[in-house]
Amino acid sequence: MDHLLNAAAPVAAVLQAMLYAAAAPLLVGWIRKVKARLQNRRGPSVLQPYRDLRKLLAKEVRVAHTASPLFRAAPYIVFAATWLAAATVPLLAVNLPTAALADIIVLVGLLALARFFLALAGMDVGTAFGGMGASREMLVSALAEPAMLMAVFTLAMTAHSTNLAGVIDFQLSNEFALRPSFMFALGGLVLVALAETGRIPVDNPATHLELTMIHEAMLLEYSGRHLALMEWAAQIKLLLYGTLIANVFFPWGIAQSFAAGALGMGIAAVAAKLLLLGAALAIGETVLAKMRLFRAPAFLNLALLLALLGLLSHVILEVGA
Amino acid sequence: MTALLITLLAPVFGAFALAVVRPLRVAGWLNVAVSSVTFAATAVLAWAVAATDEIAGFSFRVDAFNVYLVVLTAFVGLTTSIFSRPYMRHVCETGMTTERGMRIYHAMYQAFMFTMLLALTTDNLGVLWVAVEGATLATVLLVSLYRTPEAVEAAWKYFVLCGVGIALALFGTVLTYFAAQQVIADPAEGLTWSILFQQASALEPSVMGLAFVFLLVGYGTKVGLVPMHQWLPDAHSEGPTPMSAVLSGLLLNVALYAVVRLKMLVDGSLATTASPHMAGQLLMGFGLLSFLVAGLFLHRQRDIKRMFSYSSIEHMGLMTFAFGLGGPLATFGALLHMLVHSLTKSAIFITVGHAAHIAGTQTIDRIRGLIRTQPAVGWSLLLGVAAIAGFPPFGVFTSEFLLLTATMQVQPWLTVALLSGLVIAFAGLFRHLHPMVYGPAPEGQLPVAANMLPVLLHLGLVLWLGLAIPSFLAGWLDRATQLITGVHLL
Amino acid sequence: MSLVSLPLLQQFLLVLAALVLFTSFVLLSQARLVSAIHAFAWQGGLVAAVTGVVAVAGSSGHLYFSALLTLVLKAALIPWMLHRLIRRLELERHVESLRWPAIVNMVAVILVIFSYWLVLPMVQQELAFTRNIVAISLAVVLIGLWMMVVRQQAVAQVLGFMSMENGLFLAAVSATAGMPLVVELGVAFDVLVAMVLFGVFFFQIRQSIDSLDVDRLNRLTETVDEEADLEFSAAPRRPHTVTARPAAVEEAE
Repeated sequence: MDHLLNAAAPVAAVLQAMLYAAAAPLLVGWIRKVKARLQNRRGPSVLQPYRDLRKLLAKEVRVAHTASPLFRAAPYIVFAATWLAAATVPLLAVNLPTAALADIIVLVGLLALARFFLALAGMDVGTAFGGMGASREMLVSALAEPAMLMAVFTLAMTAHSTNLAGVIDFQLSNEFALRPSFMFALGGLVLVALAETGRIPVDNPATHLELTMIHEAMLLEYSGRHLALMEWAAQIKLLLYGTLIANVFFPWGIAQSFAAGALGMGIAAVAAKLLLLGAALAIGETVLAKMRLFRAPAFLNLALLLALLGLLSHVILEVGA
Repeated sequence: MTALLITLLAPVFGAFALAVVRPLRVAGWLNVAVSSVTFAATAVLAWAVAATDEIAGFSFRVDAFNVYLVVLTAFVGLTTSIFSRPYMRHVCETGMTTERGMRIYHAMYQAFMFTMLLALTTDNLGVLWVAVEGATLATVLLVSLYRTPEAVEAAWKYFVLCGVGIALALFGTVLTYFAAQQVIADPAEGLTWSILFQQASALEPSVMGLAFVFLLVGYGTKVGLVPMHQWLPDAHSEGPTPMSAVLSGLLLNVALYAVVRLKMLVDGSLATTASPHMAGQLLMGFGLLSFLVAGLFLHRQRDIKRMFSYSSIEHMGLMTFAFGLGGPLATFGALLHMLVHSLTKSAIFITVGHAAHIAGTQTIDRIRGLIRTQPAVGWSLLLGVAAIAGFPPFGVFTSEFLLLTATMQVQPWLTVALLSGLVIAFAGLFRHLHPMVYGPAPEGQLPVAANMLPVLLHLGLVLWLGLAIPSFLAGWLDRATQLITGVHLL
Repeated sequence: MSLVSLPLLQQFLLVLAALVLFTSFVLLSQARLVSAIHAFAWQGGLVAAVTGVVAVAGSSGHLYFSALLTLVLKAALIPWMLHRLIRRLELERHVESLRWPAIVNMVAVILVIFSYWLVLPMVQQELAFTRNIVAISLAVVLIGLWMMVVRQQAVAQVLGFMSMENGLFLAAVSATAGMPLVVELGVAFDVLVAMVLFGVFFFQIRQSIDSLDVDRLNRLTETVDEEADLEFSAAPRRPHTVTARPAAVEEAE
């Protein structure tokens, strides 16, 4: 059994990473489908993002002559960093070898690396849109990162570990308890996720209007396989945040061993949770309107406040003496 | 018990009746009548307490500490209502307020008396809070009676600051109840002062200490302790003069009474801890600060009523300091001071009302020649200020002397501070007073119809108390001292 | 004592208390008056829920009545009165944003930490559970106080005051399982009367300074040269009362 386990673990890890890359467009397709239904349209097929990616990969790459080598390298770096970050978040099973990497701070760092290169790429070509998008992205992330760190630290304080797998293990091993700190951290993290993945109400993923672009503005100059990689990276980021919320706050169903049954359960559980989250996101995007940019700091301050309240609740209400 | 019931129910009945009585003449006389009934009832009550040492029942309690305060409240209420009857009639005639305003005035006057008497006679800390808050609410509309921008501002400040203070006092009360619940089995008895007093040493010291801080800040706001005093000069000067008289004379006393009752509990609780005198030290700190700051601010005042409000703050600071000092001598002095200050200050405010009427203004610089115009008013003002500044043979001198003696025994250096404060206040008062009463009267200043009986009565009582305290009163003050400090003085 | 060892009801109580604190923050920085009133109504409802849960846990009869009283008074009656006042004062679309929202929120967080520190000495083990909610309720009281300080609109200040009362009620319920009924009724009555008086005051203030920005009430200061004379001022209003003249009024010097 040990041999199998030892063999199964890295296989499961690779499987999980592949699954991330493969499933990300599916999640985005699902969200678009639900949104379309809510808006009384039939909407594109759930597999449409795959077709878009395939189309883009086949197309020719056109690079502005003012671009530097960074411009060409950035899509690969961004994709690699995002994929690596995502691969560490437990999707199916908890005790993977990559769990050692699954430290929250590593996660935030990898995402910051990706964002850094994305912003540089946006500014690289020298167009107005790119610079504007980069500065807006930096504004949003400068406010979102403390909130995210605060939220995950709240989790870490309860679980006595900053390792995501450790947090999930803690949750699963203790009996169910209503924790105000987790509730607030969840609220804060949801708001941060909306900001970081560029969804309404912070940024409209479907817009190309100058006034409203943040993420799209940085990608404006890309084409062909570069654009495909950037889009895919954004989709993986969305899946990452979704998995973070689903599996860390509601970890029931995740596989704690590598038996086929457990893994199957894990896939089913996370799929169900992500479908629900995706639908909730679609509903939220339909109901809310995009905020004006100068109100984004207030939005993120709310996220920080929620995370802070989570921390305070933990210290005041949960720890006791 | 019937006397107590009548004491409390008469003002309630009066409030309801005066809310509907329309003719101003009738309302004025009805106010006086209800106040006399209340006073008569308190006199009977005092007689009963003198005989039986204390009356308790149905969550009420009249013992040596509050019986004389109850009589004092009813008495000053009566004399002020006598003063207010013609005075407010004149005010109404000048158009400062409407007939509806007068109905509110009379109804709220009696409601205010009720809440104060309730606060003084209740044995339940929660009801005490409700009554003190009720007193604030009853007077808030009266401060803004004249609807001038200044009056509205003063009333708003009063409402907000006192409301906030009282809310903090409620938190202190909740903490006290919390401490009580660990000790007293029956939850309904957890707020009964007499039971808490008996079990004070069993109350958790850390909780009681925290509770006392909140209670001191809360009720201290209503006493007018610096730095929570900001509402006092405005509220006492912008309202009608009878209001200034009762607010300065009575409500401050009631708030201080609440603080001292709670201090008794906290002292019992903290007696065996590392800082057994924390409550007293806090009181001394706040009291001394109020005393000195108010004395200094006295000098800057331009409005006569504001000046005397600061004088009230100063005296309340002195009393707080005395209660904080502890010990039988200081406590006896403080109790006596509560009595004489109330009588003197209300007399002063009544006289000031007449003086402002004569001069047509409240600005000190424009009031002149009072003795020339109307000697009764001028001399009363002079004697009143002499009394409040601590001249012998008035009663204030006696209480201040007792306090200074006590301070010399315990903390000699503080005596210097007290004396300098007294001198500064004296200088401020007389500096402003002198040109007002002496000197030629301005052109066209006429005397007014003024009933000086209340003032003479008050000043006479203060003089009597300065010369010879009657034995029953001395006995009460002594028993109250024993209740508060555990030691007899006489 | 760790969280998981508490019974579920008490855990739920902690969640509710945390939500009350959250509404307190929302109240503090909510720019629109109408939304602020809604936040206050939610706070009242949550406090009533806390009372209800404590009533169920302790099964003390009068707490059910208190819960109902709080719900009716704080979550329904007072917000309705405020709504009505706002409509009559024509303030429905009024938006007043804080000048330095970041600093205000930071100070509010500091107040939460301060109240926790203040309550910390009540150390005994069996008091730990209630002590924590007392810390939260003191924080709500202090944040209500802070709200009265930073907001300049009179209605917002009243909301801060009412939120203080909510915090006090939460303290009473959570620390002591409710004060005696007579006291609670008295407090509720006082709050109601205070609300009515506040309503009266709004109109008086607006009549006097034509706005409800309380910062404009600044005529009474220590350095004013010309104090307005109240009772006997302004010649047009003062009829000369000629009474019987006593002896000579003036003497030539």
